[in-house]
Amino acid sequence: MNKIFIIIKREYLSRVRRRAFVVSTFLFPIFIILIITGSVFLAVKSTEKLRIAVSDEHFIHSLKSDSSSAIFEYNPDANQKNFDDKGYSAYLKLHPADFAEGVDSIVTRKSLGLETMSDIRSRIRKAYENTMLEQKGISRTTLDSVLNVISTYPNAQQQIVNNEGQVKEAHEGLAYGIGFGSGFLMYLTMFIFGAMVMRGVMEEKMNRIAEVVISSVKPFQLMMGKIIGIAAVGLTQFLMWIVLLIILFSALQLFIPADAMAHAQQNMPGSQNATIAMKIMQQKDAFMGGANWPLIISCFFFYFLGGYLFYAALFAAVGSVVNEDPQEAQSLMLPITMPIILAFVILTSTISHPNSPTAFWASMIPFTSPIVMMGRIANGVPEAVPWWQLFLSMALLILGFIFTTWLAGKIYRTGILLYGKRATWKEMIKWIRRSS
Amino acid sequence: MPILELSHLKKYFASQKAVDDISFSVDQGSIFGLLGPNGAGKTTLIRMITGIFFPDEGEITFNGRKFHPVNDVIHIGYMPEERGLYKKMKIGEQALYLAQLKGLSKKDAMEKIKEWFTRLEMQSWWNKKVEDLSKGMSQKLQFVTTVLHEPKLIILDEPFSGLDPVNSNIIKDEIYKLAQKGSTIIFSTHRMEQVEEICDHIVLISKGKKILDGSVKQVKQDFKESLYSIGFEQLPSMNGSGTPFEILGQKEQSYIVRIHQNNTPNDVLKYFLQQNAVILSFNEILPSLNEIFIKLVEGTSVSRQFLRTESVQEKSKA
Repeated sequence: MNKIFIIIKREYLSRVRRRAFVVSTFLFPIFIILIITGSVFLAVKSTEKLRIAVSDEHFIHSLKSDSSSAIFEYNPDANQKNFDDKGYSAYLKLHPADFAEGVDSIVTRKSLGLETMSDIRSRIRKAYENTMLEQKGISRTTLDSVLNVISTYPNAQQQIVNNEGQVKEAHEGLAYGIGFGSGFLMYLTMFIFGAMVMRGVMEEKMNRIAEVVISSVKPFQLMMGKIIGIAAVGLTQFLMWIVLLIILFSALQLFIPADAMAHAQQNMPGSQNATIAMKIMQQKDAFMGGANWPLIISCFFFYFLGGYLFYAALFAAVGSVVNEDPQEAQSLMLPITMPIILAFVILTSTISHPNSPTAFWASMIPFTSPIVMMGRIANGVPEAVPWWQLFLSMALLILGFIFTTWLAGKIYRTGILLYGKRATWKEMIKWIRRSS
Repeated sequence: MPILELSHLKKYFASQKAVDDISFSVDQGSIFGLLGPNGAGKTTLIRMITGIFFPDEGEITFNGRKFHPVNDVIHIGYMPEERGLYKKMKIGEQALYLAQLKGLSKKDAMEKIKEWFTRLEMQSWWNKKVEDLSKGMSQKLQFVTTVLHEPKLIILDEPFSGLDPVNSNIIKDEIYKLAQKGSTIIFSTHRMEQVEEICDHIVLISKGKKILDGSVKQVKQDFKESLYSIGFEQLPSMNGSGTPFEILGQKEQSYIVRIHQNNTPNDVLKYFLQQNAVILSFNEILPSLNEIFIKLVEGTSVSRQFLRTESVQEKSKA
């Protein structure tokens, strides 16, 4: 036991002290912050407004808006040939009465981006909408006040009732975010740290240090020492990232004016996830109370460790049979990486349908369960995942990693001492069958 | 008292009998040569002695008791033929790590490393990385890490490969010193001139079987072929038959002769004295271990076959 600890310590320290570790630990959060601040500044910068000449005076009032990225002006002298001489970036030609004359067109010299175009289009629709509302006798202000009142109403709440009549609220949006986020993190870590284990084993074999070490300790101790040491490296890096991100984010909020941030949030060309994250940020209370955080976090750690142990042992076995040629590693890794990728594919459908048969089976089988189960758990235990399913899945994962570790130990023991030729699958099966 | 006894050790792999019923014993404080051609089973045998492999059959007795790998490993120092170091680690930390894996406490390990580093003039290496060392320098470091924990049994597989003559001699002297202090050394190689120089006792294995076992002196006596070299002031002309010897060759002013079975060296001397030849020297020629090795290994038909297939493989690789 003491010897395993010495190995763990070396594996851990030698990696944590490496320049690459320090650099990636600090660069990753800075990189994320740079992307965010970058997009904030881009959004702020692009507020330089376009001046657009409009052909029809009638709509000019409705077109105007403070939040729009364009300034609309009516200029009877401007036309689609001379608009840039008059200082306009574009010329908007409207045909509100009869589209047979032609569709509305925006004439410009330089092409306008997707966002500007969609902004202009929505302004035009709004202008038509206002005109039509007025024709029907409804003023824009009346409609806005009605919409305002409605927007303060709470959304319809999903409530899950169990047999005893207890009611629980569900937050499907939040569940989606948590499920996808934790599943994706799981997917990444398996690849990153699995590959790290494999490279470590290959390095030991190629440096010819393996035989020196296993004349002092059992091969299994060396393998487990490496696997646990690297797990500790991974946890350290996660922890550092979280701490650094929190520090950097709070520092950022001090430096960026609040209105610029708010503006950026409105205009941010964000992806789906960013908007979800934004919404979550805005509804902090729902975020904190909307999920069973202690359960989710403890499940995450369980499935992270279980899944890592399950795959890391297999990666170690692959590393032990490879010789010199990194391409051998690629082809041997394939049977291990395929289930991880498959699990991620299943995860994407699991989040929307946590109770489908695919989701159920994939969350039981240890090959895919660490990733898929996280997607299901986010929807609530025991609402989406009954307790027995969770415990069965955990038990199977524990049995699974005991099995893969045992299996890998047998391959590793022989493979690490075999120089010169790559072992075939047939030989590896023989090593597994052979008793010690 | 033997420190190590192997009795009827067997280890079969799927495709070959790597070690096939080998028994021998190694006396405490001796320098023991384990010889054999490539692929003879030396490494497999050593891996069983160091507890890396378990024998399929047979027993290993270490220090008077049944060999127990986990407990006895601290008393064994093994320098494998395929040896290396962690390239990115500092020399001092590396030595410390390997010593701690053997079971030394950090404090003890530190003291011993400093002692050895001073003795072999390696003090300035502590903070260097292995990748900055020459091959010879890292060999020296490997030797130190092998013997650091003062093992009772030291197993060195080709310890001099890659060492220059100066460093070879330094290591050789340390090996003698260790043996004098009571450590037993098993020395595995196919460099016969080193064996002849260093070893007390040898075992030769080929194709998984032991084919020779004895002291270096005894083995040479057993394989001598009654060859003598006789030096003359002037080579006498040889004619006529009925001599008690046959001449195998001549070299400058001396003949190399083989004495007939029923004759003695005295008969030969008498013969030449009768011829009035002036004899300057008369020496027995003992076979070198190299000759014995080649003779024995080539003599076993299986191994000859093995060597042939080996060379075919070598060619096909090239």
